[in-house]
Amino acid sequence: MSGGAVVATELEQLDIRQHSPKGGGSTEAKAVGTSRWTPYALLTPGFLWLAIFFVVPTIVLFFTSLYVGSLDQGYSFSFPGEWSTYVTAIQQYWPQFVRSFVFAGLATVFCLLLAYPLAYFIAFRSGRWKAAMLVLVIAPFFTSFLIRTLAWRTILADDSIVVRTMNTLHITDVLNALGLTEPGRVLNTPLAVVLGLTYNFLPFMVLPLYASLDRMDPRLVEAAQDLYSTPWTAFRKVTWRLSMPGVVAGTLLTFIPAAGDYINAELLGTPKVSMIGNVIQDQFFVVTDYPTASALSVMLMAVIVVMVMVYVRKAGTEELV
Amino acid sequence: MATVTAPVRTTASGGVEIRRRPRGPVRWIRQRIIPIIGIGVLFYMFLPIFVVVAMSFNAPAGRFNYTWNHFSTAAWTNLCGVSGMCEALQLSLVIGLVATFGAVVLGTLVAFAIGRYRFRGRGSSNLLVFMPMATPEVVMGSSLLTLFVALQFNTGITTILIAHVMFCLSFVVVTVKARIASLDPRLEQAAMDLYADERTTFWRVTFPQVLPGIVGASLLAFSLSFDDFIITNFNSGSTVTFPMFVWGSAQRGTPPQVNVVGSLMFFISLAVVLIGQVVQRRRQKV
Repeated sequence: MSGGAVVATELEQLDIRQHSPKGGGSTEAKAVGTSRWTPYALLTPGFLWLAIFFVVPTIVLFFTSLYVGSLDQGYSFSFPGEWSTYVTAIQQYWPQFVRSFVFAGLATVFCLLLAYPLAYFIAFRSGRWKAAMLVLVIAPFFTSFLIRTLAWRTILADDSIVVRTMNTLHITDVLNALGLTEPGRVLNTPLAVVLGLTYNFLPFMVLPLYASLDRMDPRLVEAAQDLYSTPWTAFRKVTWRLSMPGVVAGTLLTFIPAAGDYINAELLGTPKVSMIGNVIQDQFFVVTDYPTASALSVMLMAVIVVMVMVYVRKAGTEELV
Repeated sequence: MATVTAPVRTTASGGVEIRRRPRGPVRWIRQRIIPIIGIGVLFYMFLPIFVVVAMSFNAPAGRFNYTWNHFSTAAWTNLCGVSGMCEALQLSLVIGLVATFGAVVLGTLVAFAIGRYRFRGRGSSNLLVFMPMATPEVVMGSSLLTLFVALQFNTGITTILIAHVMFCLSFVVVTVKARIASLDPRLEQAAMDLYADERTTFWRVTFPQVLPGIVGASLLAFSLSFDDFIITNFNSGSTVTFPMFVWGSAQRGTPPQVNVVGSLMFFISLAVVLIGQVVQRRRQKV
């Protein structure tokens, strides 16, 4: 349910940005006569909530990761904190970290490959069915995330049509060789987790891509072809370039939640393919080693922030926020 | 994308070869490659929905409802026959409504501040709103839990509500702000020109125009809250919401009733969206 709806908002925002020049000078006209404190008064209740329940917890999380103590004697903070928790956490759980980013990266690439033709189709070829097609894109995500993911257990079960067909066509043999599946099965393998992630975050890719393709003037491609470019060159040099804001937004919206997800790894995988989210969850609830769990959370957040910053700079689009 | 099957080549001299027009099935597929792939992807997206609906009519052989046994409507007629499920569903509805109300009130105020005023700190305000949306849920959930543990505050319904208002708030702000940005300022100026005072202008002209954005934000916030698992899992204590129930049932055995609820969610939301579309289209025609 959430996935599609979330991106619908994103879409609406992107869509509306098109018309924004028209309403550009509106702010001055509206704020006549109100005190200069009015915006702050309006912000206060919401921002207090975000400060107390988002900013403060992030700080507490950081301090928790530096707690000194042990499981038996309990933990407490004392300056300068137990930084070695980070070292031991990384030593012990780097495979899960790497796996999370590899899985999230693969899922993002798959999403892009699947979403681009669909978004292109909706933007340029769907005619008067455009609105209906957009509803169809988000409709599957009205059902609960967990129920949808569980349905993949049925689809990818060992004796299901999909897996039997893959076996007959020897697709699983190829995937085995790549280390993505186990002989004759898909469920509980890395491929199942990546497929689940791809599926669950697909609309996050389709809708931003659609929004940027829809804004594009199709005559630009015609112009390129008039200048003797092949369709492929026209796509590469015109369509793809102009859809970059959508590609950047879509990959971020897919990669970030996918890297932190543990539902797919839990429901479609085994502990052998667990991701960093699974470890954080287990550390909190099964082992109750709060400092290690917090250190892992902080590192996940830090890695994502750094990657996003580098990526956005490389992609050269800074009007995302 | 259309060129995957296209036999177009540039000659060594740099000129373009005369394009050979392929005939028969190759040409047919080439012209329709994008719709074919697009519809294929849509089919992929709907595949699990077909499964969810089909399996709601299954009479599972064991505890798990993963393989087809035989047709039965038992799950549909006996929806609350599974212990704890309807209670969880009811709790999720209540939490969804309360959290939506809180997030919409707080978020709409913030959206008006950011959308209609230029003030010092507007940039950092946008950043604060954006941050929760860019943070992985597992990080948000665990950091809130560390706060509650540090304060020795027992997790339960209250902490779930606090968390849900927190993560829904940003989405409300973004949705309502987008609506405010799309308003035509000339309408307000016209109202003022016709001697409406500020209050009247706001309530008779501005607010009704922003209202669809607020309604959209409410639906979004409700669906986010109703479907949230990860953050809730960290802050629920022993309270069981519907996603928590599904999670638990995935370890113990999933009853087909879970699929019935999944199917109902799909059809009800689809109906809401379709009605919304029809209403919007009517209004545009008038």
